[in-house]
Amino acid sequence: MMRFIWPFVIFVTLAGFLYVGLGLKPREVPSPLIDKPAPMFNLPQLHDPNKQFSPRDMKGKVWLLNVWASWCVSCKVEHPVLMALSRQNIVPIYGLDYKDEREAGMGWLRDSGNPYVLSAVDIEGRIGIDYGVYGVPETYVIDKEGVIRYKQIGPVTQLSLHEKILPLVAELKAK
Amino acid sequence: MKNLLILFLFLLPGFSLAGEAVDMAEDPVLEKRMIGLAEDLRCLVCQNESLASSHSELAEDLRREVREQMQKGLSDEEIIDYLVTRYGDYVLFDPPVKSYTLLLWYGPFALLLLGLVGLVFQLRNRKKNVPEASLSDEDVKRAAEMLNQSKDS
Repeated sequence: MMRFIWPFVIFVTLAGFLYVGLGLKPREVPSPLIDKPAPMFNLPQLHDPNKQFSPRDMKGKVWLLNVWASWCVSCKVEHPVLMALSRQNIVPIYGLDYKDEREAGMGWLRDSGNPYVLSAVDIEGRIGIDYGVYGVPETYVIDKEGVIRYKQIGPVTQLSLHEKILPLVAELKAK
Repeated sequence: MKNLLILFLFLLPGFSLAGEAVDMAEDPVLEKRMIGLAEDLRCLVCQNESLASSHSELAEDLRREVREQMQKGLSDEEIIDYLVTRYGDYVLFDPPVKSYTLLLWYGPFALLLLGLVGLVFQLRNRKKNVPEASLSDEDVKRAAEMLNQSKDS
């Protein structure tokens, strides 16, 4: 009897590790920017290149920064979710048009609807690097102090919106 | 001839090393330093590729960023810090020793130690369980006979 115990213990341990491994998402790299101030930038706005947008303008507000692009396929998946959210007027969504042509970006918003208060254009993707963007779309929840509180990698879904983003927004707004 | 051919086949994998994805190499020395650094960094888009060999757009942008920082005179450590603050330890192929990577770094040694301890116990137990072979008088007599026989012949 005793001689079966050790192989059994090893098996259970290994199975435990493998089971946990099944639930991990290697695509989702934890961002070191959580609970850090959102990196500053000054970028021209998409619809009015003469005007700038900076996170500094958003001080005192809870807001979402959504990184998107007209060439981004998964952005089309989250687009209806963002449209619905923007109609609800719960939290303002600002866009960062990442590595995109201005014309193409405006065309995509014109054709399918614009959920953003405004979008800033990051043609060279440098601000994207500051924000640790590695796969569009990505969405950041930024609090009144300008601190990043949550990062959604990949499309915002109904599930992530109602389980994570909206409760967090409500909590941050109450502060 | 056949041996030469076999030798050649053995060497073949060495020739098939993948080339680096080089874009513009204006300053070959800097480019070499950049590639050297980028080989130890992980591309986030195609996760098992290094920043040096990846063709993804993000990797190109990051190589550009590294190149520019080198031109500005930043050290390798400063550039690595720059990337880690943005993308996390994940960009390093060599994970740093931290509280949550202890298991990763020292787990194998702990397992080895555990195995050794197990082995020692096992051997000790066996010594106890296997009784010393004892010979009866008759056996001793037979053995002596056999030994004498072989001496005679």
